[in-house]
Amino acid sequence: MHEIFTTRNNPYVDPIMAMWEWQIPVYLFLGGMVAGMMIIAGYFLFSGRHKESNCACFSIPFTSLILLSLGMFALFLDLAHKPYVWRLYTTFQLKSPMSWGAWILILVYPALIANILIRPSQWMINRVPKLSEIAGKIQQHHILIRNIGILNMLFGLMLGAYTGVLLSTLGSRPLWNTSLLWVLFLVSGLSAAAAYVHLVAKNKAESELLAKADNGFLVVELFVFVMMFLGLLSSAKPHIEAANLLLNGAYAPIFWVFVIGMGIVIPLIIQLLAVNHKVKHTPIAPIMVIVGGLILRFVIVSAGQYSHWFNAHFH
Amino acid sequence: MARFGMVIDTKKCVGCQDCVIACKTENKVPEGHDRDWIVTESHGKFPDILMEIRTERCNHCSNTPCVSCCPTGASHIHDVGGVVLVNHDLCIGCKACVESCPYDARFIHPDGYADKCTFCIHRVEKGLKPACVEVCPTYCMHFGDLDDPNSEVSKLLQSRKYHVNLPEAGTQPNIFYLI
Amino acid sequence: MNSLSRRKFLKISGATIATAAVLAGSAKTFVKASKKISERKGLEIIPTYCDLCFWKCGALAYIEDGKLWKVEGNPADPLSNGRLCPRGTGGVGAHYDPDRLKSPLIRKSLRGEEKWIDVTWDEAFDYIAEKMIKIKNEYGPESVALFSHGIGGSFLKHLIRAYGSPNETAPSFAQCRGPREVGFELTFGDVVGSPERTDIENTRCLTLIGSHLGENMHNTQVQEFSRAVERGASIIVVDPRFSVAASKAKYYLPIKPGTDLALLLAWMSIIVNEKLYDAEYISKYGTGFDLFVAEVSKYTPEWAYVETGIEPDLIRETAREMARYKPASLVHPGRHATWYGDDAQRSRAIALLNALLGSWGRKGGFYQTHSFSIPKYPYPPYPELKKESVHNPNNKYPFATGEQISTGIREATITGKPYPIKGWFVYGTNLMQALPNQNETVEAIQNLDLMVVVDVIPSEIAGWADVVLPESVYLERYDDLNTSPFKEAFVGIRQPVIEEPNDQKPNWWMAKKIAEKIGLGNYFPWKDVEEYLDTRLQAADLSLQELKTKGIIKAPQQPIYFEDGAEPEFLTPSGKIEFYSSQLAEAGFDPVPRYTKHPDPPPGYFRLIYGRAPVHTFSKTQSNPLLKDMMDENELWVNTDIAEKYGLNHGVYIKLKNQDGVVSNKIKVRVTERIRTDCVYMVHGFGQKSRQLRSTFNKGASDSELITKYTIDPLMGGTAMNVNFVTFEMEA
Repeated sequence: MHEIFTTRNNPYVDPIMAMWEWQIPVYLFLGGMVAGMMIIAGYFLFSGRHKESNCACFSIPFTSLILLSLGMFALFLDLAHKPYVWRLYTTFQLKSPMSWGAWILILVYPALIANILIRPSQWMINRVPKLSEIAGKIQQHHILIRNIGILNMLFGLMLGAYTGVLLSTLGSRPLWNTSLLWVLFLVSGLSAAAAYVHLVAKNKAESELLAKADNGFLVVELFVFVMMFLGLLSSAKPHIEAANLLLNGAYAPIFWVFVIGMGIVIPLIIQLLAVNHKVKHTPIAPIMVIVGGLILRFVIVSAGQYSHWFNAHFH
Repeated sequence: MARFGMVIDTKKCVGCQDCVIACKTENKVPEGHDRDWIVTESHGKFPDILMEIRTERCNHCSNTPCVSCCPTGASHIHDVGGVVLVNHDLCIGCKACVESCPYDARFIHPDGYADKCTFCIHRVEKGLKPACVEVCPTYCMHFGDLDDPNSEVSKLLQSRKYHVNLPEAGTQPNIFYLI
Repeated sequence: MNSLSRRKFLKISGATIATAAVLAGSAKTFVKASKKISERKGLEIIPTYCDLCFWKCGALAYIEDGKLWKVEGNPADPLSNGRLCPRGTGGVGAHYDPDRLKSPLIRKSLRGEEKWIDVTWDEAFDYIAEKMIKIKNEYGPESVALFSHGIGGSFLKHLIRAYGSPNETAPSFAQCRGPREVGFELTFGDVVGSPERTDIENTRCLTLIGSHLGENMHNTQVQEFSRAVERGASIIVVDPRFSVAASKAKYYLPIKPGTDLALLLAWMSIIVNEKLYDAEYISKYGTGFDLFVAEVSKYTPEWAYVETGIEPDLIRETAREMARYKPASLVHPGRHATWYGDDAQRSRAIALLNALLGSWGRKGGFYQTHSFSIPKYPYPPYPELKKESVHNPNNKYPFATGEQISTGIREATITGKPYPIKGWFVYGTNLMQALPNQNETVEAIQNLDLMVVVDVIPSEIAGWADVVLPESVYLERYDDLNTSPFKEAFVGIRQPVIEEPNDQKPNWWMAKKIAEKIGLGNYFPWKDVEEYLDTRLQAADLSLQELKTKGIIKAPQQPIYFEDGAEPEFLTPSGKIEFYSSQLAEAGFDPVPRYTKHPDPPPGYFRLIYGRAPVHTFSKTQSNPLLKDMMDENELWVNTDIAEKYGLNHGVYIKLKNQDGVVSNKIKVRVTERIRTDCVYMVHGFGQKSRQLRSTFNKGASDSELITKYTIDPLMGGTAMNVNFVTFEMEA
């Protein structure tokens, strides 16, 4: 029998790392969803759909702004040394994904605002009449709108990828230590964003389109999961242990039921039936996708902190 | 360039935690937090048991995920001896470094910043040894410059078998355990 | 501080020492020193000696801007060599302990209910004085007894003797090392003593029987043990638990508890039969060897195997191993030796084994000690004693010499025979955990007219007191000089380095004040303790000022081994090493130890064994915030197979029930391969019941609570405590 005893007893470190609680998964989820929204909205702008009276271009950026700010606030709540938060912006640390993330957010906000300014809501115009004038000027420049679309897609991609890279560069946590994690979080973010548009779009065609897109994202997400597990399972023992945490270990019930079952497979079936007009579109499937995306972040953050190089020595 | 490290003789260590308490008083480590600790590891079936006792702390690695991940440069490599330190006034308490360490050597100080072993650099720069080394009643801990082939630590590594913790994590730790 | 030692300190600390406004020119300034705190700036380094255990290592206290920062070993100290043990390093926590007693207390309800009135020192002393005078008038001064552990009790001992009582005891004899001292004294005419005179540093083969050095942190011994390991000394460990020491051993003998004597006899028989002993040494210094040989040669390893469970070949091999390195082969005498009731005989067997190896008085064995000779204070003679101590009526335990049997005094307090005991002073010892069978202790206390406890913390025994006197911790007070016998003679000082945080007072002051209240002021003729210490030191051509500066003063080295000219002297009746003890024969005991079989635990029960953790001393240190942080509860070690059989998971809490139906507090299970299947183990000192010790109240379980049964050693009255059996109670 292998026995190991440590006298160390640091809060949130022992016996199992739990430094990051709810704030980080919420931040990662909202960041990922906003990234997806930016890519979708950016694509709509890029493809000239801003002329259509749909929601994706116009309500999504504002929602993104709110959600991202909520995510940032969650991140801020997580900081233990809050008065020093400004230190993020007195330096750029090339090797630090978190430093990258801080600066990406500096890019994301203007891109979102630019998008909003293309066609601000009546509510905004009522308060700041000058917005109407600005929007009018922007709308005269189709290339500018196209470029705003490109920037939204690009920064959205960076933001979505960053939420995964943030974890995957922390090599001490074998579960996170997979280069597919950013793909997973990006696709999951896209899926959640698509589900959101599917849920709220008043335009039937758009809703239908995003439902179809979401089905695509969900299939890709399943595929990424498979690839990610194949990668982990064919790696070193700590990585195998980490994969097994989700597959058949402590986190398996929540992973299979909430992330895979209720977060991907069931909504995928419902939405496939819906787009093929076998059933009506209901809010159930997209809500399941969004909640599944949130639970995914919780599971990955928590199980990732549980996974450890050292644990592999016990079994 | 000096590269400070420790060589710890597990044959002599009895796991008494004197090093831990000395660290606490020397560095005013807050109650309920440990910068160093004792690990007792045993294998086998009674009475045929092999046991190793180690005093552990930040390994002051040569490859430092905790420094890489820091978004503000608070976590840094000191210019003396390659000691890994945290600048409290730069730290935002994001905990990434705590997550990044395969040894779980860091914690968040109640004042908000990431904290860990400093190799008692404030003592070392005055020519003293770290408090844990100085107090050890079994004389199992040795501190010095690993890059100096004539240092006590280098000579011990030349003459004895040793291991490091989690070599597979790739961090190139600078604490060596004589076996 | 003189300039030389100052440089030394600079070298040690590398820090700047501000004006060394070392506390106090006199005790007066010390007592009213609180105003001076703010005036202390910079770093001061003040020598003293430690009180976290009874080893008394020399220490240096660091005071930073008038605040206690840390305690380190004094490099001039031969006991610590400048390195304290974890408890000593954590000594700072004793000063800062939030649970400390803060002011004198007088109980306001029934004893043990821990309900108090805060009183002034004068009120407390008036209460005590009144009762002491009453007891003296009604029963005679003999009816007050003192239980005192540690050097701090020396002024109270003086008070009690001046008062006229012979009853003064410490649990360190009958509950700890008494059997060992008796066993060795019967054999070599001298005790092992404390610090133990074991030359572990130079031994080439060290045999530990149940002695868990490394978990038991007596500083010098652990330091020397580590050096022995480094030098590659052969280490043999006999223990039912795979101890830390066992992990360093060449041979580990997982002995069945209670059978150590069988192993010792078998070892001796092998050494005798194979003529592996030191024949020259034995013929020169020994007597009765032939009678001894005739007795022990019959104990074969095959016989011992049945008793001990240790393979005959392993017994043979280890006997030959220890003989190979003689005389630098040390069979350690242990310290806490009250195990099974034949402990003095078992200790004598250890002494005899050492005698066969020729290790007594030899390098790598038992060295000859030296202590600094400092005359006692010239007190007036004590009043003549009218009665003998009650500890050992009719000399029932004929070899309980030198020290008194604490449980004997407890017994007399219960029975009132041979005469009533009506007052207890308890200094620095938690009798609730030190003495076996707590009910008897409580029963005795209920017969008292006066129960005074002097302590730094509200210990469990303090909860039973009429008056509790809060003592300054060692860092805040003077005590008597330390002149412990050791390899080299030295004198060490304990002096205040920091002010008391509240209304605590040093014990010398209490003793003097009480004496003055009861008309014995003439026994405390000195103005203050500094005058007392200076008087003693000057009689030895030293000065208090010098000792306060250096902390330690050593005497010139003297030979400590026979081969270097130490004088072999055996204070036995024959003047020789007694392989056959006529004293024992005359008193009706085995002149050469014989094996006695001890009962096994009944089915479903496990023998309760207990020991020490490196970070705690008995039940004295659990509330020290630094040490509590290291270990705040004890665990129950249960063998993996047993845990599986009983469905005990690692980390769950269970309770234990002993053979008398006593149920313990809940304790966390540690499932481990490192223990036999017939016993369970816990660290002593936890599961404390004093509600005033908020930080440690009810943390872990108390072995003492479960030790309701004890077997008395017929030679010396020691109470053997490893005779209790426990079973698991699942609902915790």
